Amino acid sequence: MSTAREEILGRIRHALDGSGARTADTAAGPVGMTGAPTPGSTAHDAMVERFVEVTADYRAVVQRCGPEQLAAHVAAALQAYGAGRVVIPPGLEQDWLSASEAEFVIDDDVSTEGLDRCDAVVTAASVGIAETGTIVLDHTADQGRRALTLVPDVHVCVIRESQVTPDVPGAIRLLRPAIEAHRALTWISGPSATSDIELNRIEGVHGPRHLHVIVVAG
Amino acid sequence: MKKAARSTAPERNPVGITTPTYLGMPKFPKLAAPELRNPVLRHNLQMATHTIRDKRAQVVGEVDDWEALRVDGARSKDAALNNLDEHLEELERNLQKAGATVHWARDAEEACSIVVELVQESLGAPAKYSEERSGGETSWGGGEVVKVKSMATQEIELNEALEAAGISAWETDLAELIVQLGHDRPSHILVPAIHRNRSQIREIFDREMGKVGRPAPDGMTDEPAQLAEAARQHLREKFLRARVAISGANFAVADTGTLVVLESEGNGRMCLTLPETLISVVGIEKVVPTWDDLGTFMQLLPRSSTGERMNPYTTMWTGATPDDGPQDVHVVLLDNGRTRVLEDELGRQALRCIRCSACLNVCPVYERAGGHAYGSVYPGPIGAVLTPQLRGTASPIDESLPYASSLCGACFDACPVRIDIPRMLVELRSQVVDQHRGGVPSAEAAGMRAASWVFGNHKRLEGVQAGAAAASRLFGKRTSISQLPWPASAWTQARNAPTPPKESFRSWWRRTHEEPRS
Ligand code: SF4
Repeated sequence: MSTAREEILGRIRHALDGSGARTADTAAGPVGMTGAPTPGSTAHDAMVERFVEVTADYRAVVQRCGPEQLAAHVAAALQAYGAGRVVIPPGLEQDWLSASEAEFVIDDDVSTEGLDRCDAVVTAASVGIAETGTIVLDHTADQGRRALTLVPDVHVCVIRESQVTPDVPGAIRLLRPAIEAHRALTWISGPSATSDIELNRIEGVHGPRHLHVIVVAG
Repeated sequence: MKKAARSTAPERNPVGITTPTYLGMPKFPKLAAPELRNPVLRHNLQMATHTIRDKRAQVVGEVDDWEALRVDGARSKDAALNNLDEHLEELERNLQKAGATVHWARDAEEACSIVVELVQESLGAPAKYSEERSGGETSWGGGEVVKVKSMATQEIELNEALEAAGISAWETDLAELIVQLGHDRPSHILVPAIHRNRSQIREIFDREMGKVGRPAPDGMTDEPAQLAEAARQHLREKFLRARVAISGANFAVADTGTLVVLESEGNGRMCLTLPETLISVVGIEKVVPTWDDLGTFMQLLPRSSTGERMNPYTTMWTGATPDDGPQDVHVVLLDNGRTRVLEDELGRQALRCIRCSACLNVCPVYERAGGHAYGSVYPGPIGAVLTPQLRGTASPIDESLPYASSLCGACFDACPVRIDIPRMLVELRSQVVDQHRGGVPSAEAAGMRAASWVFGNHKRLEGVQAGAAAASRLFGKRTSISQLPWPASAWTQARNAPTPPKESFRSWWRRTHEEPRS
């Protein structure tokens, strides 16, 4: 008796062999990839501005600031949502939190129920995509495991200008090493939303209902 | 079980299993008739298809070279399909390297039993349980799984199989939840509950939620935000306690072993992240050759599907990620008729489909008939070509599907992977005619059989002279309709003709709700 695997592969060969289908893969040229502008240039700044606009379009809150204002912005954001108990990934830069009065819980395998009792999470990011207003997390130490940015209702996400790239194919290239290291990726474009009821867009179903993005210079 | 040695016999690959729900269904026109008389459905459908269509047009218009993206999407899928065996083996290797277990399923039944057994194992059902199952009564109390919306699991009717084994499968996508609680079937790929309006949804939630978990809050109105909040609360307890999740995948990347799920609500992330065990049922056509190909598909799919620059959430995972998310990761690669579709050089194109639903939203027949009339989990133009190929055209519903189109060509123009649906429909129609004649049909029989349903009444309509002219020109050539070069120049002109007024189209439809004349 042949296994399902052998049989399916056999069926595929039966369908394709001798049918003229067997052409070699043609190499993909990335379509729609523009190349990132030099950091510090006007073009780069325009790209970051585009990232801010498009992200805000999803009804996320987006702010730009210099590194010296970052701690104040994080503190203000957490206060605005009334977040008292805030979970953070173990590798997050502690300076970012120095202006906040909130109680910070460093993730050390906090249970899902424990996360559910946290009001907010603060993380860094891996890549930002200007054309689509997307933040990609590769869940390294300053972003934490996936559950952290999923269960609490408020996600404050800090991204550096130098992490923003113009387009999707460019982001895919930047993310290959993370994928090859078997890291999971989460792409986030605005807060959780549904249009399932008469196509009315409603923010916030299961994921965080509030996404607050702080774009920091540098 | 293998039936015959494949190497010598010129036999064809088997079709997929037509699951019980759809097996005895009447033909498309019969199924469409009640839907056409349902004003809520018609109103919702029209609003939905037009809204999404407009949003799509806008975000597609933003992209500098959309056509180049479409061409690249088709190229990538063709590359995957042309050497599908190699890409699947590569996918399998990379998944295994990343700690996933790969299973292969020849058909729906095999896929269901693999998943049921995996679930039983993870939930600690008694070892003998699966054998006792056929005997009916068991002492095992059963268990539950959470599910992310997945076409493949609908196709194999996995929920029913799980239920038969005493396992409750909770759909977690809001629309799927509405469908499931309403004991209903999905009607659209993207917005499966589009046939329900807010007051119907309120009623369903009010009546059903309490039976299966946390009840809807007292005094819930039909405000969409309140309904979404009720769903959030109802499902949250299920997410937090779930130990097993079942998903599909939008893409499976061969050269990295990565699976990709695009979603909006966060229910996908919940399922893909919180449980200990994750089982993904993935059609073998979901494979794309390389990671870089996602650069194209992550542009094509969200814009074509929801008409957004990007959907709110996408998860990409490669096997089991150490210390993050499910550690017991399974992937079930599903054939169920796909290798049959692969045999046909033209029909093979249908396997490029990325299930964006753009073709549904532009289809004048879908807009009026709704998704249920297609008698399959794959409705609309793509369903009309994919279902008869996956299941064969032996049942009444399947043989009528290729006729559920006006051949206007809008689906091809909308399709992000350039599937030539109109041409395939014509091809399938001639196959249905062949089947009835038991031999090769005369050119005219094929043409006229096809014409009898689509054009016969169509040309009586006011203001559709263009269509009638095209039809007579098309069939006046006295050649097999399947041999016509496509698009025929006459037809191209007809596609630009104004569509018939809605009222007369509807009355036309009503007149045709009886069986197609032979
Ligand atoms: S056939 Fe094309 S347009 Fe239709 S759902 Fe599939 S990919 Fe989308």
